[in-house]
Amino acid sequence: MATHDLTPTDDPERHLPPDHSPLPALDADQAGHPSASAFQEVQASPEFVLLRSKFRRFAFPMTAAFLVWYFAYVLLSTYAESFMNTRVFGNVSLGILLGLLQFVTTFLITWLYIRHANKNLDPLAASLRNKLEGDAR
Amino acid sequence: MTPLATLGTPWLNIAIFAIFVVITLVIVIRVSRGGRKGKDFYTGGGSFSGRQNGIAIAGDYLSAASFLGIAGAVAFYGYDGLLYSIGFLVAWLVALLLVAEPLRNTGKYTMADVLSFRMQNKPVRTAAAISTLAVSFFYLLAQMAGAGTLVALLLGISADLAQMGVIAIVGLLMIAYVLIGGMKGTTWVQMIKAVLLMFGAAILFIWVLGKFGFNLSDLMGAAATKGNSETPGAGTKLLNAMSKYGTNKLGFISLSIALVLGTAGLPHVLMRFYTVPTAKEARRSVSWAISLIGAFYLFTLVLGFGAAAIVGQKTINTLPGKSNAAAPALAYYLPGAGTAGTVFLAVIAGVAFATILAVVAGLAITASASFAHDIYNAVIKDGKADPTSEVRVARATVVVIGVLAIIGGIAARSLNIAFLVSLAFAVAASANLPSILFSLYWKRFNTRGSVMSIYGGLISALVLIAFSPAVMAAVGTTKPLATAMLPDLHWGWFPLDNPAIVSVPIGFLFGVIGTLTSKETNPEKQAEMEVRSLTGAGAEKASIH
Repeated sequence: MATHDLTPTDDPERHLPPDHSPLPALDADQAGHPSASAFQEVQASPEFVLLRSKFRRFAFPMTAAFLVWYFAYVLLSTYAESFMNTRVFGNVSLGILLGLLQFVTTFLITWLYIRHANKNLDPLAASLRNKLEGDAR
Repeated sequence: MTPLATLGTPWLNIAIFAIFVVITLVIVIRVSRGGRKGKDFYTGGGSFSGRQNGIAIAGDYLSAASFLGIAGAVAFYGYDGLLYSIGFLVAWLVALLLVAEPLRNTGKYTMADVLSFRMQNKPVRTAAAISTLAVSFFYLLAQMAGAGTLVALLLGISADLAQMGVIAIVGLLMIAYVLIGGMKGTTWVQMIKAVLLMFGAAILFIWVLGKFGFNLSDLMGAAATKGNSETPGAGTKLLNAMSKYGTNKLGFISLSIALVLGTAGLPHVLMRFYTVPTAKEARRSVSWAISLIGAFYLFTLVLGFGAAAIVGQKTINTLPGKSNAAAPALAYYLPGAGTAGTVFLAVIAGVAFATILAVVAGLAITASASFAHDIYNAVIKDGKADPTSEVRVARATVVVIGVLAIIGGIAARSLNIAFLVSLAFAVAASANLPSILFSLYWKRFNTRGSVMSIYGGLISALVLIAFSPAVMAAVGTTKPLATAMLPDLHWGWFPLDNPAIVSVPIGFLFGVIGTLTSKETNPEKQAEMEVRSLTGAGAEKASIH
């Protein structure tokens, strides 16, 4: 009844010989749990440093950017009312328009991050994970 | 006779609600066959897909407060109503970019799993559990109080005893859903509810926009004209900024901080990331949730202006629940207030009830998991409790929480729902988010920093709230403050309704001070946590049945 959405690269059991797969159900962390020293080795490895910097160099500036944009909108709406009340077309003011733009940028950042993660982060993360869990078995 | 008795047919509303309860109970019973282990009860075995979980997150997040409250806020304050909903949406980017995936990779059942990962287990876990229980309880109270209001609004029941009865029924149904279905059953209820809610709101959205030639400017113009014809000037206010928050600007900025930083610290939201098998699915969940929640707030913007244009603020104000009645009233008047309106109103009413049930069930699971997993097992039993007895404690806790929620909901039924919700967000942003971010991204962070950050954020938020105008009148004033919880007490010294602008910096600052004054480091666990959070190596797997 398991409804797994595991793609082939995600499946930790895919390296097993056919007669070993599937493994019996395991409840806890014991299966393929790497040792403490293995984690420290990986943390110091160039592949991991690259993965971490690729993640952080996207996530941190993007977080700063959307927070600045959001609070700029809140502050403009609270302290620059007449500017935000400027009608752009018909009854729609600049403030309403920028508000709708907040929706657009939220959707856009979501899309950009998913694309970045799928393309640049997942392959690196998967190879490191396989290395770690493979060693532990 | 209340004016509401003429709006829709209460027995039809009740009938549709009853049908919903029966159908969801049957589904909960069917999906819950199988596992009785901790993993099944807490996280549904971690076997939901990203899309399913994303829909369930939307179901969890779009509470009755946001459906009825935001539509009402737009109908009465236009621009400011939109401003309020944007914070709830943008907040999801914090969850997407910084929290969801590392959390899925490092934790198991609760928020405390992540916070205590590389710290001394007991003190951090205790602090995290207390904060989880506090946030969940405020949120739960808000939902239960909302149930009372909704009953007055939709069933024409305004008698005190009847309202208490309905709150009790909501509490008992919640206990039933959670005990029978665990996380799996609850997730299914949330998905069904989210689909119904999105569908109902989408129909209203298209219908309203169609009436105005799919032109937002015309719709807003009609709302303004109608408002001005009832009270000169009231309509024009809808189109301009600061019609609601103009007298309380700093308070609104504080609320914005709570909203945008609180979501990624809400324990019942965080727990939903454990119901998927991998971090990639957690990411997919958030992107689904953002799409649905964003679309929903766009719908409510149009619904609010539609209610102001078609029903009118004056008529809405005569209904019990006042501005909260905007969306149901729109459902009734849009098809022309006849039989079609009656049926449509009943459907929307059923969805609103379903909303409360689903959200309340999710909160109950989170609180019971935190008590059983973090306090009973990890702290009282030193982590040696066997999984069966842990789940038994969790299930008993659900009953206790259900009873507390019924009593609390009855006591809190006259409190302002939006206030209770913003309180939950403020505590989540001040007590939970700083230590989550520091644990994940600051190598030096340690036990003392984590404990100080959680308690500092929690206590400062609660104290500031207690002495705010939401609770009591200010020192030195003599007149009672009618909008306060305790109107005749004159001890208040904090000027804002929402504490986040002070308590969030305190949460972060205490985390830094605590960390720097303690020499403790744990490079081994830090390495494990960092590598696990980014790669998923050694992370919890989905259970295989």
